[in-house]
Amino acid sequence: MREIEAQRIADAVARLSVQANTCLPPDVKDCIARARREEDWPPAQEILDRIMENGNIGGGFPICQDTGMACVFLEVGQDVHIDGDLSKAVDEGVRRGYEEGYLRKSVVSDPLERMNSGDNTPAMLYTELVPGDQITVTVAPKGFGSENMSRIAMLKPSDGIEGVKAFILDTVEQAGPNPCPPIVVGVGIGGTFDKCALMAKKALLRGMGAPSSQPFYADLERELLGKINALGIGPQGFGGRTTALAVHIETMPTHIAGLPCAVNINCHVARHASEVI
Amino acid sequence: MPKAITAPLDLETARSLRAGDSVLLSGTVYTARDAAHKRLCGLAAQGKPMPFPMEGAVIYYVGPTPARPGQPIGSAGPTTSYRMDAYAPTLLRLGELGMIGKGKREAEVIEAMKETGAVYFGAIGGAGALLARCVKSAQLVCYEDLGAEAVRRLEVENLPLTVVIDSLGNNLYEIGRTAYLARK
Repeated sequence: MREIEAQRIADAVARLSVQANTCLPPDVKDCIARARREEDWPPAQEILDRIMENGNIGGGFPICQDTGMACVFLEVGQDVHIDGDLSKAVDEGVRRGYEEGYLRKSVVSDPLERMNSGDNTPAMLYTELVPGDQITVTVAPKGFGSENMSRIAMLKPSDGIEGVKAFILDTVEQAGPNPCPPIVVGVGIGGTFDKCALMAKKALLRGMGAPSSQPFYADLERELLGKINALGIGPQGFGGRTTALAVHIETMPTHIAGLPCAVNINCHVARHASEVI
Repeated sequence: MPKAITAPLDLETARSLRAGDSVLLSGTVYTARDAAHKRLCGLAAQGKPMPFPMEGAVIYYVGPTPARPGQPIGSAGPTTSYRMDAYAPTLLRLGELGMIGKGKREAEVIEAMKETGAVYFGAIGGAGALLARCVKSAQLVCYEDLGAEAVRRLEVENLPLTVVIDSLGNNLYEIGRTAYLARK
């Protein structure tokens, strides 16, 4: 049994909130650079150049003004005992990180009354128990321009792979210019209504453009990326090849009666930062 | 070459712009997004005066990150415009001539633009750090309690924008995509 002070988790969340919002990860930068090389439409090339320039500004300046809801994923080793209140520690980390990093407070305390909570809390916290005596902390700030374009469908088994493809393509088509393309498309297939949506969100945490470990789904990711980039929406929706930078699919077993499919769209500012305690 | 234009806009300039034009905007723009639009339209419904001059006004749909000491503003890119669609026609009919945002607009907004001669500009979504460099000063106008959603008066210099929908209703989201798909 290893003791970990909740305060250490708060510190990590504060650090990662600032890091994720101000430094674009190398995998994301590489993916945008690759898309720029493959883009053959001059207006689209110009936008991608500006996006790359924006990603390189650094200096602790937030890449995007929507510094998101703080989605925090904790993989907690089963042999860890956390000393203190875990949820409070995560929220304290968000509060501190968003204040110290001059990040935007974008959370309302009640969805209908809509008063700003003033400190970007609460975090959207997910915990998972894993073997071992460490804690992996991931902070993935999620902007709502792209979150609002996300969808879930409880498809029928008879809809099959064609139904899944059609739903994903239709979601991207409907979103059009709204989620700040080029986008990243996180897909969950299977599970239950809730698990399916969570898989789609977690798919966005994968190293950008890294294929699924299952060859069948890696092929499906490639096929869908090709189809999405043939839609012509392009960067910012002004036309071009680069509508999406990557499609990531996660799957799990599901019920004999169902074929849930969730699509969580992310923008090109695909932020995530992790630390192991 | 991008056209240099000044805010507030005059009707002649607004009407001369065409979907697809690149412009560099300098002058005074006002920030407002969801909550501020709701309040502004509440004032309009009661026939009360607006907190800033609406004649020729350019409204930037943005909720910036807090400014660090010594800087005028934090990251300041556009938010998605369709959420303002319920309110935009009211403000356009009060004299607003330019909207800066990103993403699609409803038919009601485009109809109001055609009627009044207004323009819808797109700024690059997700390029908030880059766009912030064009903001030379920011002053609170009203609704401080809304935090990032408060109305601010920004002085901007050469803010790079693209005309997405012009006062004739031409729409770059349709034109640009069609042109790309028709390329040979």
